[in-house]
Amino acid sequence: MRLTKAETAMVEGCYGEGVAVAMKVLVAIGEAFEAEKMVPISRAHVALSNQEADLWFAEKLVSGGAKCLVPPTVNPGFNLEYFQEVTTISPEDERIIKRTREAYRRLGATLTYNCTPYLENNIPRFGEITAFSESSATPFINSVYGARTNREAAQSALCAAVAGRTPEYGFLLSENRMGDYLVEVKAEMKDDFDYNLLGYCVPLKAGHGTPVFSGLPSQITPESLMNLGAQLNTAGAVSMYHIVGFTPEAPTLKDAFNGGEPSKVVVVTGDDLLEMRQKLSENARRIDFVMLGCPHLSIRQVKEIARLAEGQKFKTEFWVCTSFTTKELAERMGYLDVIAKAGGHVVSDTCIDQPCWHHLKGKVGITDSPKCAYYTKRRGLQFLIRNIPDCVGAAVKGEIDS
Amino acid sequence: MKIDSHRINCHKIAEGQAEGEVLISQDDICFYLVNPEDGVVIEKDHSLEGQSIAGKVLIFPSGKGSSVVQADGLYQLAMQGTGPSAMIIEYPETVLVASAIIMEVPLVDKVDRFFYEQVRDGDRIELNADEGYIRFLNSSSIANN
Repeated sequence: MRLTKAETAMVEGCYGEGVAVAMKVLVAIGEAFEAEKMVPISRAHVALSNQEADLWFAEKLVSGGAKCLVPPTVNPGFNLEYFQEVTTISPEDERIIKRTREAYRRLGATLTYNCTPYLENNIPRFGEITAFSESSATPFINSVYGARTNREAAQSALCAAVAGRTPEYGFLLSENRMGDYLVEVKAEMKDDFDYNLLGYCVPLKAGHGTPVFSGLPSQITPESLMNLGAQLNTAGAVSMYHIVGFTPEAPTLKDAFNGGEPSKVVVVTGDDLLEMRQKLSENARRIDFVMLGCPHLSIRQVKEIARLAEGQKFKTEFWVCTSFTTKELAERMGYLDVIAKAGGHVVSDTCIDQPCWHHLKGKVGITDSPKCAYYTKRRGLQFLIRNIPDCVGAAVKGEIDS
Repeated sequence: MKIDSHRINCHKIAEGQAEGEVLISQDDICFYLVNPEDGVVIEKDHSLEGQSIAGKVLIFPSGKGSSVVQADGLYQLAMQGTGPSAMIIEYPETVLVASAIIMEVPLVDKVDRFFYEQVRDGDRIELNADEGYIRFLNSSSIANN
């Protein structure tokens, strides 16, 4: 790679050991992908996770004196103060979350603790060069906004935030942003949930590359797009997709493939989606808890839950994870009160894959998100997958009908 | 023919060298769905479900999954000594690449087609990412070369 004088000085430690570590990682990534140079970034999002590797690496940069040149927004760990009221958090888990918060504060991150920064607080413009980690965030900003990022790891995004630059390769370059294969959607896309199933289904059916979707409705909600990206990056590794006539870099099918032909055509039917749902779901009827908010729910989704929960009493534990701003809005609009009266929790700053859920180990839950079910397997949680109305219905009855 | 001389070219992603037994995965891998205690893959319906990757030279198409757990998965495996000794992939993607670089697991791609035609589970190979080569050590698959 060709580095500028300033970049060479960064590698050599002239700006401190933390900056040097970050630059060395970026150079190694650049060399792996045969990048010629670094380019400045103007935004970043770091998928903070409060897990061992996350804390280890963040503290390594802190102890090297690093400060983010471009302050990134960050993902959630868990809301310590909230969970201490409702369950037991071990002293060890308390120490770790406090250390994580402190490390990112000292790095100069913007402490949003939210995994949907592209809906609030960190919204790029078309063509902007950025470094975004987080499954649903990377494809959202590439595909929906036409901003540019590679599918950053939490750590590579943090390095880019510290150094204020990233190697120029992959999805930062126009020639790599075109579609590889066509997905003809023959399923009726009834709600946001169907995009969860579509997203999980596509990498399994089609393999690697950038999908181009045709046959989707002309109106698609931000929540549907959030779900699509989150699941594409659970079942696979998809930096970007195109939706013909909808996303900005694919006004026509021809544009989506830059005049070329798709490498293959994959058809997804309603039966495929139903089969995917069955395959991902545990076989159970009785439900112990409901978990919604992977990714964090929007105000529209919280409103839908409040409407369904109005006047009801939940028989199961009921959890909604969202951002602090959405929670504040939900409070103002009376949704929190409705959900609380039914016996549900709305919690901010919290991810579904955290030690605060220890009390649910071995229990059967229901969620709208295959991503939620996939990662919590490590924590011994089991899930059925249904849409949000069915999840709320299951909370009311304590079981599902079918 | 001396097996020594048979170097197969590859391209360095994460530096380092290793020797080990080959384990081939047909599916992409997310290291978070591997049990750190014994290196056994716990992902349902994965081609390696129930098998241990500990100490293996792991051959798989690509990484997959969330931008945080790949690194954490590899970190926990490294702490327990149950991680792969090296990795060979076909489709590099940034999450896996960054995680391997930071966790210092040798990783290469762009391996000659010949290698994929010959290699089988259980072959012993040497992988040198720094010098960009792979070598069979005691495999029946090189007997005819």
